Amino acid sequence: MPELFLAGGTVLDATGTRRAHVRVVDGMVVETGDGIEAGPRAQVLDASAAVVCPGLVDLHTHLRQPGNEEAETVESGSRAGALGGYTALVAMPNTDPPIDSAAVVRQVLELGRASLCEVAVAGAITMGRAGERLAPLAEMAEMGVRLFTDDGAGVQDGRLMRRALEYALPLGITLAQHCEDASLAAGSVMNEGEWSSRLGLPGQPAEAEELMVMRDIALARMTGGRLHFLHLSTAGSVAMVGAAKAQGLAVTAEATPHHLALTESCLSGYDPNFKVNPPLRTERDRAAVRRGLADGVIDAIATDHAPHTQEAKEMPLDQAPPGMVGLETALAVAHTELCSGEGPLMSLAELLAALTWRPAAIAGLHTRHGGPIEAGRPANLCVFDPTARWRVDPEAMATRSRNSPFGGREMTGRVRHTIRAGEAVVIDGQAQR
Amino acid sequence: MTSLLAVEDLGATGIREVLRLADSFVEVSERAIPRVPALRGRTVATVFFEDSTRTRLSFETAAKRLSADTMTFSVSTSSVNKGESLRDTVETVAAMGIDAMIVRHRSAGVPWQVSRWIDASIINAGDGWHEHPTQALLDCYTVRQALGRDDPFPGLRVAIVGDIKHSRVARSNVAAFSALGARVTLVAPPTLMPPSLEGWPVEVSHDLDAVLADTDVVYLLRIQAERMNEALFPSLREYSARYGMTRERAGRLCSSALIMHPGPMNRGVEIAAEVSSLPNSLITRQVTNGVAVRMAVLFRLLGAPEASEALVAHA
Repeated sequence: MPELFLAGGTVLDATGTRRAHVRVVDGMVVETGDGIEAGPRAQVLDASAAVVCPGLVDLHTHLRQPGNEEAETVESGSRAGALGGYTALVAMPNTDPPIDSAAVVRQVLELGRASLCEVAVAGAITMGRAGERLAPLAEMAEMGVRLFTDDGAGVQDGRLMRRALEYALPLGITLAQHCEDASLAAGSVMNEGEWSSRLGLPGQPAEAEELMVMRDIALARMTGGRLHFLHLSTAGSVAMVGAAKAQGLAVTAEATPHHLALTESCLSGYDPNFKVNPPLRTERDRAAVRRGLADGVIDAIATDHAPHTQEAKEMPLDQAPPGMVGLETALAVAHTELCSGEGPLMSLAELLAALTWRPAAIAGLHTRHGGPIEAGRPANLCVFDPTARWRVDPEAMATRSRNSPFGGREMTGRVRHTIRAGEAVVIDGQAQR
Repeated sequence: MTSLLAVEDLGATGIREVLRLADSFVEVSERAIPRVPALRGRTVATVFFEDSTRTRLSFETAAKRLSADTMTFSVSTSSVNKGESLRDTVETVAAMGIDAMIVRHRSAGVPWQVSRWIDASIINAGDGWHEHPTQALLDCYTVRQALGRDDPFPGLRVAIVGDIKHSRVARSNVAAFSALGARVTLVAPPTLMPPSLEGWPVEVSHDLDAVLADTDVVYLLRIQAERMNEALFPSLREYSARYGMTRERAGRLCSSALIMHPGPMNRGVEIAAEVSSLPNSLITRQVTNGVAVRMAVLFRLLGAPEASEALVAHA
């Protein structure tokens, strides 16, 4: 692999910010500094007026393979990830068959081996994600799986969730919960409230999420187990997780770019691209999620990238599947929403913490991703231009699906290059393979 | 205006225009040959993904009396049963060359989705729990006709009783009656109310007996028996005892009060059989007026503007 030289950028990592070029050889950062020079045969990439940061880590990606390759494959999803600045993705287990055994873990890891991002896998907590019997957590943990979830559904049975947390203790793994009480959410299309009432759509109340957050905090306290809350969407959830953290419980949480940016009123035109689970909530909830992120109650931004075919998203709203693609817009959306405009909510360094080193630690990927940019570290990097302005065009995306809620929106900040294990997989916004 | 998806599309002015246009079409409907050439050469398709008797017949009769060509698509005989998608289905119908598509679907929002895919005018003939604008227009027309005044609505006290939460008729009627200045009260147990009434120009009551004496129009909604399975009320008997329009309750209405129902009725549940045939019950007139009101809507969407002025002037 040729030497790579990132020239003229501002390096930003967990240790701070500095003007520095970055030299990469054989997949590793070998030298950084203001005065260093590129080797004679180096591939030089322009990083001027841009930030060189650790590659992004997504805790929550639906790659759809095996089973729904029409919507996404490991390859296409990884390409979308690389274009979004990601160097590692955690693939969710709600595939067909689900990732609930070593065999399917192996299959997905194998598919990811040559892709543009490192693909890690989240295993299912229960067999078939059916919420009835424990999946072989230890067997999957031995293959390096660090996160387990039945995402798409919450584990409804309190006793089973308790057992899972207890059984997980010696395995050093984290259970991730999709918090949704199935009975309160049954049949819902969107958030329950002003807009669902007006639009004549069945809604799910915030309490459907909050009841399970409340139960799981109690179970985490009881068992001492490590628990990660997926895609928090309500003010009440954020408040409860904040209180649990203040008590020292081993809980972490994520929020999605769409819950930071959008509200339930987006459904007013009955466009299924705004149907997602958990649903877009009220302005008050959105503000609380944003504040939770700024306060550190929410550790990470995760995409919940959920590709669906055009045909699926052209069904009537109540029949169309929930979900939005997000890998190619996450950083730009979060940056536009939180770091730009008047009165930004957080600094770029704080935003990148939520997109790189904190999720890397939650996913157990911190030895290769999210670490400081210094000699001797694996070169998984993103070069981000925080001032570039562009308009989202779902038709131009690398994901196989087009179900973005941000089509046509103006963004501030764009990924310029992505370096994965020393290889420039994205240069000037173009995937290289 | 190119489509009629929701009452809001018309506004108070538009509603009043439709009501006045309907006056002239009522007159047409009473002729020996109830037909005018207003929409000759135009093609209107009814595309119903949900069963309906009166609404479809009413629209088709309206289109024929305007001399439009009509096309009928119904789900039971169509390739939807072969798995054809919603979009393919409506695009296929549109490809036949149509000027308007009248859409009914059990899912809220389908007319909005369809309007993004095809160029024809779309008329919402009922979408899920959401809207049924022509029902609200014919209801307003029927009240106006019964009271014999051009604008009887300001201050008129309208009580809508029953399953508000799941009712497109209720949503459209709240919008239409309140736009015209009526005071709307929703009457239902809390489980049959929408979860939020934020922004709705209504008052709320859970006690039908308390509102009876102060009501000019009682509008009863159909109760579906399957709602019992969702724990929304214990039994039809208990519902009927608390919210049904019994003979006894009808007797406590003021003498000029009107009784309405969009049909089909569950006699003995939301309305007693003998109440539906009282002289102040407008239920049959609602059906009759449906044709003229839908003629007015079709004419307003598809007719030539100068023809519209001439017709109104003639009337």
